Amino acid sequence: MKDINIEEKEREFQAKIDADIKIEPNDWMPAEYRKTLIRQISQHAHSEVVGMLPEGNWITRAPNLRRKAVLLAKVQDEAGHGLYLYSAAETLGSDREASIDDMHAGIAKYSSIFNYPTLSWADMGMIGWLVDGAAISNQVPLCRCSYGPYARAMVRVCKEESFHQRQGYEIATTLANGTPEQKAMAQESFNRWWWPALMMFGPTDAASKHSALSMKWKIKRVSNDELRQQFVNVTVPQAELIGLTIPDPDLNWNEEKQGYDFGTINWEEFNQVVQGNGPCNKERLDARRQAKENGMWVREAALAHAEKRKAKMAS
Amino acid sequence: MSSNEWPLWEVFIRSKQGLSHKHVGSLRAADAENAINNARDVYTRRSEGISIWVVESKLISASDPKEADSLFDPADTKIYRHPTFYEVPDGVLHM
Repeated sequence: MKDINIEEKEREFQAKIDADIKIEPNDWMPAEYRKTLIRQISQHAHSEVVGMLPEGNWITRAPNLRRKAVLLAKVQDEAGHGLYLYSAAETLGSDREASIDDMHAGIAKYSSIFNYPTLSWADMGMIGWLVDGAAISNQVPLCRCSYGPYARAMVRVCKEESFHQRQGYEIATTLANGTPEQKAMAQESFNRWWWPALMMFGPTDAASKHSALSMKWKIKRVSNDELRQQFVNVTVPQAELIGLTIPDPDLNWNEEKQGYDFGTINWEEFNQVVQGNGPCNKERLDARRQAKENGMWVREAALAHAEKRKAKMAS
Repeated sequence: MSSNEWPLWEVFIRSKQGLSHKHVGSLRAADAENAINNARDVYTRRSEGISIWVVESKLISASDPKEADSLFDPADTKIYRHPTFYEVPDGVLHM
């Protein structure tokens, strides 16, 4: 009897999804749908938060006040994005604190791109242009995701990300049009970020283990390979326009498919970074753990203050 | 859940004078004042609002989606509550 009931509910649920009716927090949903969303949204939230670290590295060394104000505003946005996403995950019953602790323990993942170091100022340009650019390609289809709170969070995030990408491209353009040393700095940085940016779209469609169900449930709308191809198609002309060379000897325009063919991604490197062996995995997790421990007194003090005020108002 | 986690608040923003407050999201804060300050930082960084309401999430009562049919279906059959239900002769103006 119970099984028939669940089957019926699953059918109704899928019918809603197929009719593009959004799922809201209190609606019935299959346990696996909930679990998939909690995993994806909290990973996304962790990525926003860890993503502040590589850029935070350059706030005190920005070349002028304008760049510094912009970088600060951008990093503040990333904190906000993390918060929208943790809130969206909480609507599914996810425990925010536990999920953050899972990330600190290395159980929950975040985007592997943030395990690469930021070695020069040009990296601030490449992160904005390429990393945020790739993130936008991923996030725009998520604005139509079947889960309401996630889709709404993504609308806010996408609005804010477009400034991020533009400020990054502006940095890259300024360097590329600068002295020979500045141009070399831009090219060197581009060479380091190009391939990791392509890895951000995740494994190939053939190797992606979560994709089929996510597509059926409209959590995911466009496949990893399609998104990656779109990103290459729009980014190559942007690089050429400012005189940067794509570090891929196999890159070629394919007239027939109206897109670029490009070389094979180093999936071994991708897997190593995902498994925790990237250049900065340890440093990033240490920084997050320390931030939590060192900030704990603020939480406690604010709560104590709130209690005290409540008591005072009652008396 | 750790004991020193701040409570959850729902945030409502009035985008400009003359419009009602609209739900924009939620956040955690120690008390109402802290929640308003955090909401200012998180939800109005680009001039999205001129007024903020916050309310602790646990204080909100909501209708049950499972009862949506019995709650809202009755309205569907009462189309005579809409002006388009009525026939008006051609040539009638200002109605």
